[in-house]
Amino acid sequence: MKFSRRMCVGMATLVVIAVLWYVATTGLGLISAGRFPAPGDVETAAVQAFVRGYPDTTLLVHVLHSLRLVALGFLVSVTLGVPLGLLMGWNPTAEALINPVFLLLRPIPPLAWIPLAILWLGLGDGAKVMVIVIAALPPAVISTQAGVRGVPPQIIEAAQMLGTPRLRFVTDVLAPAAAPMIFTGLRLALQASWTTLVAAELVGSLAGLGYVLNVAQQDLYPGMILVGMAAVGVLGAGSTALLGMAERRAIGWAQLRGAA
Amino acid sequence: MIASRQPLPLHRSLALGAIGTLAFLGFWAFLARSGLVSPLFLPGPVAVAERFATLTERPFAGGTLPAHVASSLQRFMVGYLLAAAVGVPLGLTMGWSRLLDDIVTPIFDGLRFIAPIAWVPFAALWFGTGIGGPILIIFAGAFPPCLINAYRGARYIDARLLEAAEMLGTPGYRMIAEVLLPAALPSIVAGLRISAGLGWQSLVGAELIVASTGVGYMMVQAQGAVSTATVMVGMVAIGLVGVIIDVALRTLETRLRRHHGQS
Repeated sequence: MKFSRRMCVGMATLVVIAVLWYVATTGLGLISAGRFPAPGDVETAAVQAFVRGYPDTTLLVHVLHSLRLVALGFLVSVTLGVPLGLLMGWNPTAEALINPVFLLLRPIPPLAWIPLAILWLGLGDGAKVMVIVIAALPPAVISTQAGVRGVPPQIIEAAQMLGTPRLRFVTDVLAPAAAPMIFTGLRLALQASWTTLVAAELVGSLAGLGYVLNVAQQDLYPGMILVGMAAVGVLGAGSTALLGMAERRAIGWAQLRGAA
Repeated sequence: MIASRQPLPLHRSLALGAIGTLAFLGFWAFLARSGLVSPLFLPGPVAVAERFATLTERPFAGGTLPAHVASSLQRFMVGYLLAAAVGVPLGLTMGWSRLLDDIVTPIFDGLRFIAPIAWVPFAALWFGTGIGGPILIIFAGAFPPCLINAYRGARYIDARLLEAAEMLGTPGYRMIAEVLLPAALPSIVAGLRISAGLGWQSLVGAELIVASTGVGYMMVQAQGAVSTATVMVGMVAIGLVGVIIDVALRTLETRLRRHHGQS
């Protein structure tokens, strides 16, 4: 009952917004087409983006370009970040050595690295991957580290008592026990990857979703801006949902136990 | 055999921290000096510090460093206060009224996954590149934590308190100001701190794209002029201001907690 009421109100809200949108733009012309697109403009822009392409190629190609960069930057961050987090969480000496560097660099927002990345690596893919790694590495490291610290001492003592070799201790005890926190870190890292990539592409690029937004802004094309923003939102939600599914498959046991 | 994880004594951890920091700075200085990388693209720590000092007096891209920082801070304050002024009352009311919750949640969820920076084209279209455009971006970055934390704070209030206030016929605005706000305060202040961080980040991104003053603008101009030292000065300045904002809000948070007798 409660659920259905919520659904009804939610649907009604969306319908009201859609009607208001139509009335304010196409119907009464309260909002000029140069400021915010009418539903018809968005449809035209969507058709152009998907079929004829804007600019140069179709939206799908731009999306794939952005997705590839996010996947690349995310994978690099995870392969570097999770082992580093395991090391820093387990070994106090490593933590004491590395942590200050993190503390020194962390106040600088990832987006502030964009001009430097462009100076170093140009407008191509290299600069984008660099900025994504800068954005996604800290959440991966910090969550992994916190996960390792939270491993119950009984588990560690049991492994020690049974004489588990070092490598197996890390792969078979430490990493699985810290897995719920590691996945939290991965989710944060993925979100950071997306935001940063869109920003980097807006500042300067030759393809990708941010590039679509940038050209649409210069062309004063509100319909296309809205299409680009919708694509950013859908892909952000989609990638987070995908990671959530992976999380349930990988560590469903922890959620069942209520330890996540 | 696996060594036990034991915390290091303080003096050792401080010493190791100093070694780590020095190693980082030393490596940076070495790379800059070695000639492996052109000093044009990697100035050393000393060169950046010198540039920092120069920029406090000599203008770059239309203003000195303090002028750019002031302009960024002004934008930040307006956008941030706007986000707090809208987000906190809305979140509180959503936590109290089921109907409003059901109405706003689908809209909010629909917009949540759009990165704040993706509002840049509309920001430029609607408000131009002066002060208005970047403010919309700060708002987009700072608004969600304000709303979510106020909402959670209001949801976790003891239902009996709310029922008592409702039974006594408390009018809506007093309900928000005198019942919901004080009870949800710790959660709200935590949200305000998160939004300050996100808002400051979004501002930097916005200034890289749609501004004609501010630290971000200075950095983009420096990038165009291949003045790597100026870009790095901008990064340091952004980091410093970010830390100052965070420390200020943390202090406020501790004070409020003490005042409310909560740990």
